[in-house]
Amino acid sequence: MSLLELHHVGYRVGDTPILQDVNLKIDKQEWVTIAGPSGSGKSTLVRIIASLLSKTSGELQFAGQPIESYDPIAYRRRVSYAFQQPTLFGETVADNLAFPYQIRQAPFDQQRAVTALEYVGLGEADLTKHVTDLSGGQRQRIALLRNVMIYPEVLILDEVTAGLDAENKTFVWNMIQHFNQDDHLTIIAITHDQSEIESAKRLVTIENGQIVGGVQ
Amino acid sequence: MNLAVNNQSLLLALGLVVIALAIGWKEKLGIDRDMIIGVVRAVIQLFVVGYLLKSVFRVNNLWLTLILILIIIFNAGYNAKQRSNGIPRALPISITAIFLSTGVTLGVLMLAGAIRFIPAQMIPISGMIASNSMVAIGLCYRNLNAQFKQERQAVLEKLALGADLKDASRDILRDSIKTGMQPTIDSAKTVGIVSLPGMMSGLIFAGVDPVRAIKYQIMVTFMLMSATSIGSVLACYWAYKGFYNERKQLIN
Repeated sequence: MSLLELHHVGYRVGDTPILQDVNLKIDKQEWVTIAGPSGSGKSTLVRIIASLLSKTSGELQFAGQPIESYDPIAYRRRVSYAFQQPTLFGETVADNLAFPYQIRQAPFDQQRAVTALEYVGLGEADLTKHVTDLSGGQRQRIALLRNVMIYPEVLILDEVTAGLDAENKTFVWNMIQHFNQDDHLTIIAITHDQSEIESAKRLVTIENGQIVGGVQ
Repeated sequence: MNLAVNNQSLLLALGLVVIALAIGWKEKLGIDRDMIIGVVRAVIQLFVVGYLLKSVFRVNNLWLTLILILIIIFNAGYNAKQRSNGIPRALPISITAIFLSTGVTLGVLMLAGAIRFIPAQMIPISGMIASNSMVAIGLCYRNLNAQFKQERQAVLEKLALGADLKDASRDILRDSIKTGMQPTIDSAKTVGIVSLPGMMSGLIFAGVDPVRAIKYQIMVTFMLMSATSIGSVLACYWAYKGFYNERKQLIN
């Protein structure tokens, strides 16, 4: 049994099909790269997997159970979705790293936040930094840390390195590698970046709402 | 009573409307028709309500008073709903929020001995409370709609991090409740300095000692604070869930 299984998944808006007959199995700790032209349905697919959208046909199973059997909130804490151009909340970096604790009514683990910040080239002093004072790359790093302050099982990345410079890309990529290898997170990453596509461990290609390449 | 408004003086005061009409016509505002309809409606509605209130006050019947209060609440709820722009269940939400905000405020005022359960007090006070609650709720709805559009990305990100609907909407809720209450807070801040509000002006106009009139106005200020805060909080907390579907996803 795979961690995530999609059987004949479809999504349509009115009469317009966005995704058709998508079959995909993703194992625990696997790293799947999803590529395809703009508007091909990549984001829709991962938003369905993240339970931010509901499929209109087919079946989606997580850990052997249909997605409908999970409470959506609890599910999203296990399958976390990171956006391309993240919005940071509140005023400071700490507000953002504390958010995952706040929504679980748990005390903020500042030590863990500092360790995480150091890991991405920032430090304790940055906790009080105002979010408007961060560079694009720093914003993305903070947003990603927000997704993993309390580890999910699956981390979905929707073009998180798009628009970043080479240095920031490397930073983010090393982070994700660490999550995947050391923390056993399953990674599903959408990308347009040719080097990321070429170095993909497993590549799934989508065109016109259908999987056209990659082992299903 | 030193009021000197009679039918003849009203007719002469109609000249003021002619000034407004002349401005509208000269500036080509295209609102002449609306203005005339507005004036005719105001005159008819007020005459009808004047005679109606006169007989209701004379009859002084508990049930009749309650029915009139409920009609006021229903109308206020219906009007607030018109501002909802598609928020699901806006009519029952508005009516219930206005009913509770009016009920609680009236109850406290009665317990405090500030008003008595007689139609001459209950009906006008209910109207003041319900209309302020209505305006507050209308503002809340407008702000909820605007904020859920403007903050869509932030809400989606909070949901994606596993926030429940309340946590994902918290900033929007806070902002909307504040928006609903803001006009009441602003007018409380400027009462007496900028404006001499209707109730106080009316009492002074009718010959009541200004020191006595301001006590009524203080009561009105307190009661409107209570009504708009209760109305805004209830309407926002009941309405925001309408922006999500049963799978706790943000509706497009």
